[in-house]
Amino acid sequence: MEKTWNNKAWFMVLPVLVLVAFSAVIPLMTVVNYSVQDTFGNNEFFWAGTDWFIQVLQSDRFWDALQRNLLFSAIILAIEIPLGILIALNMPKQGLGVPFCLVFMSLPLLIPWNVVGTIWQVFGRVDIGLLGYTLDAIGVPYNYVNNVFDAWVTLIVMDIWHWTSLVVLLCYAGLVSIPDAYYQAAKIDGASRWAVFRYIQLPKMKRVLLIAFLLRFMDSFMIYTEPFVVTGGGPGNATTFLSIDLVKTAIGQFDLGPAAALSIIYFLIILLLSWIFYTVMTNSDAQS
Amino acid sequence: MNDAVHGWEEAYLMLELKNITKVVGADTHIHPTNLVLERGSLNVLLGPTLSGKTSLMRLMAGLDKPTSGSITFDGKDVTGVRVQDRSVAMVYQQFINYPAMTVYENIASPMRISGKDAATIDREVRKAAELMKLTPYLQRTPLNLSGGQQQRTALARAIVKNASLVLLDEPLANLDYKLREELREELPKLFAAAGSIFVYATTEPGEALLLGGSTATMHQGRISQFGSTIAVYRKPSDIVTAKTFADPPLNTIELVKSGNAFERDGITILPVPAHLAGIRDGSYTVAFHPHHLSLVRPHETAAALKARIIISEIAGSESFMHVDCAGSRWVMLEHGIHDIEPDTAIELFVDTRHLMVFSADGQAVRGA
Amino acid sequence: MARINLDHIRHAYGPNPKKPSDYSLKEVHHEWNDGGAYALLGPSGCGKTTLLNIISGLLQPSEGKILFDGKDVTNLSTQERNIAQVFQFPVIYDTMTVYDNLAFPLRNRHVPETEVDRRVTEILEMIGLSDRAKKKAQGLTADQKQKISLGRGLVRSDVSAILFDEPLTVIDPHMKWVLRSQLKRLHKQFGFTMVYVTHDQTEALTFADKVVVMYDGEIVQIGTPAELFEKPKHTFVGYFIGSPGMNVLPATIDGSSVHLGGETLSLSFAPKIGAGAKTELGIRPEFIRLGREGMPVTISKVEDIGRQKIVRASFADRPIAIVVHEDGEIPAEPKITFDPNAINIYADSWRVGGEA
Repeated sequence: MEKTWNNKAWFMVLPVLVLVAFSAVIPLMTVVNYSVQDTFGNNEFFWAGTDWFIQVLQSDRFWDALQRNLLFSAIILAIEIPLGILIALNMPKQGLGVPFCLVFMSLPLLIPWNVVGTIWQVFGRVDIGLLGYTLDAIGVPYNYVNNVFDAWVTLIVMDIWHWTSLVVLLCYAGLVSIPDAYYQAAKIDGASRWAVFRYIQLPKMKRVLLIAFLLRFMDSFMIYTEPFVVTGGGPGNATTFLSIDLVKTAIGQFDLGPAAALSIIYFLIILLLSWIFYTVMTNSDAQS
Repeated sequence: MNDAVHGWEEAYLMLELKNITKVVGADTHIHPTNLVLERGSLNVLLGPTLSGKTSLMRLMAGLDKPTSGSITFDGKDVTGVRVQDRSVAMVYQQFINYPAMTVYENIASPMRISGKDAATIDREVRKAAELMKLTPYLQRTPLNLSGGQQQRTALARAIVKNASLVLLDEPLANLDYKLREELREELPKLFAAAGSIFVYATTEPGEALLLGGSTATMHQGRISQFGSTIAVYRKPSDIVTAKTFADPPLNTIELVKSGNAFERDGITILPVPAHLAGIRDGSYTVAFHPHHLSLVRPHETAAALKARIIISEIAGSESFMHVDCAGSRWVMLEHGIHDIEPDTAIELFVDTRHLMVFSADGQAVRGA
Repeated sequence: MARINLDHIRHAYGPNPKKPSDYSLKEVHHEWNDGGAYALLGPSGCGKTTLLNIISGLLQPSEGKILFDGKDVTNLSTQERNIAQVFQFPVIYDTMTVYDNLAFPLRNRHVPETEVDRRVTEILEMIGLSDRAKKKAQGLTADQKQKISLGRGLVRSDVSAILFDEPLTVIDPHMKWVLRSQLKRLHKQFGFTMVYVTHDQTEALTFADKVVVMYDGEIVQIGTPAELFEKPKHTFVGYFIGSPGMNVLPATIDGSSVHLGGETLSLSFAPKIGAGAKTELGIRPEFIRLGREGMPVTISKVEDIGRQKIVRASFADRPIAIVVHEDGEIPAEPKITFDPNAINIYADSWRVGGEA
């Protein structure tokens, strides 16, 4: 069925468009402006062309950070999506357990990023943190400040703890929309638990999974607050992701030009990858 | 309501669709269509699923804008006018009511919006409720009603709106068979009382016949014929209309007319009845309804044919026999109970007085 | 295929049922024959779907047992009961092809692939979707999807019973004729035990050997289509079967004569009626002859529905429906006569016979 046509709708959307223009488009243009010029303060600008872009793309620092980002997002997606599906599948579909589970699942989502970071920073400390102290007591060497592996594990566990709920809630919404008749038909057709998942639940969750995948990818790719709070990008540069690198460049070194160029490259990478994921996933949908 | 459409409810009402089309992407939902509907008329859109009934109704309502052509109401062009600014009421196949309001408030809602006074609202609501047999349920909410009562509420709301155009899109499709029968009997009374233009979409030929009025048969986005319901049923202008308007399905056979016989491969299958004597010799599709096929000779001019039973279905007072006759698959509707075993050879009779013939391009051919 | 015994089954959805009205399904105790085609017919909320779900095992009855071929299956799951079921709305596996959809129930049971292919090809032929076998099921129309659902129900040759829950709801009228007659023919050919739930009398009567009419959680009558039509046990059956339904007129019975308003009819038997019972006469519109002789009526409306006319009239101050043939004429001073063999007498809504 088609949508109702209504020209007035555009007027309704106008305030949002204005807001978006001020909050996103204008700053973005400013960034574009910075990225092609050089400045030494005093509001004096010199044309730099693509110099900053070339500098960024030729720096090892950029490629190293990008690699870390990609690795981090890949690990996050590989764990959170299946784990989210698994939890959603095992959540009760009716009864008193439903509101309880939903509230429980929503709790981590309600905590601000920096608080999450602080919680885990304290939680993992060997001297006063419950986790760090316990691990130390049972003889597991754990130190996210010095050990690269431990730092990564901490960040990943933290992200999983914080965001798997989002995947769970989305998948759960997809699952409860499946009519009962499908499960009954599957029982009658003698389908195994796996077949029910593969041929009924997974296809019906496809759309929400696409959304979950994109959201988790974009969010994890832009991760900043948690590593900033917990590891500060260390040990060494082990957890210096593009976002942290960007802030170091822009604020730490006040290299506005390269920082602006880096932001634009960063933005384009996210856009490109999101577009690729979206196209690949919706295309496989269209073929079926 | 805005000025351009003010005064719709007055005087002579007429909805006219002039050459309208609806194209969505690569699909043509409505081919060029012309239709004139008059005040106080009941018009049935009859056709299978996806034949364009709903698309056409959405154009009439103003929910969609036609790709080309114009829609005039009472002589005024309303093509671009939005549904909110038209005087339209609509009832759908799904039972759509405000779940949080009582039946009373549901029925009253269109009048509350148009700002009628409380006394008028109360009077109109009670009148509509009485007509729709909802009086005992006025203080209930829709979810505590049966499907039939929910749809009655939706119908009552459409009535009190006193709209110039009332569109009913398969309103009885989700109801039990017996409830449908009851409502079908009541609906024409509503239509007669209201004086609006009613458009009623259905997939069932029987429903169109019970409602009466006029019928437009639809097929693949076109209106194949429009006229008085019983006239369209009895004298379809083409084979598409005849098939759309047949339940059980129309029986057909390809034959060649040669003199006073319909033949195939030179063998006479049916005699040419008097009402078709004047038509030219040549190839035709000969068609007739299942109740014009019989196990006993209904009339001295009826033609006898040999056939084989495929399956018999008993429906209480009558039987439907699916038969293989002269290489065609037909349905015979016979009074009484005839549970004949599959593959039995039988003799059956075609009441040739009711034969219809169609030329190769599907147009009806009528004799002198 | 199996014989189905419903042994004192009752069902209540709420806990601790006490009053009869707590039960959505009142006591059912019947034996259904192996290879029979049964239809459960009644309005919504009459308990027909509850009964179907009890047979399929999707629902456990509160009381009673259910036996397939004498074996108690009450506590067995749907899978273990080995039944097939077709639902009201199409259930298809979107990501599979049409072929794989049909093969699914067989492959789950590890049927050899050559047998799968043979069965699936046969069913594809029957539902007329052979040319779409390799297509994804997702893009099909509602009636094609429902044909796949039907096909999946029919594809297994070893099922105890095939259950249908209003399977033709989403099908266009023309296609209904085709699918219905195919189902019926299949039944004749293979002798499946079939149970078909519907509110549509035409579907129920044409499909079934025995129609089970249900009302308010109770089975009112089980009979052949002819029995239900000619001798409805209860006025509800008279009303529910037939279109229009049976005319039920208040009457006083005196031996073998019936008084209707000012008219008196004589019956071929003397109904045995208890004292104080509410008595009524039932006559189907098809068995009233409209002519120049008999009892006078006032016609209010004639509905021409093509192959016949339904005459709405008033007789002895009561509305009455009369069916007249397509070419039948309606006299200026209409009078009616009842076919004496088609008169049924009801006491407190239940049919009473007599010693003929």
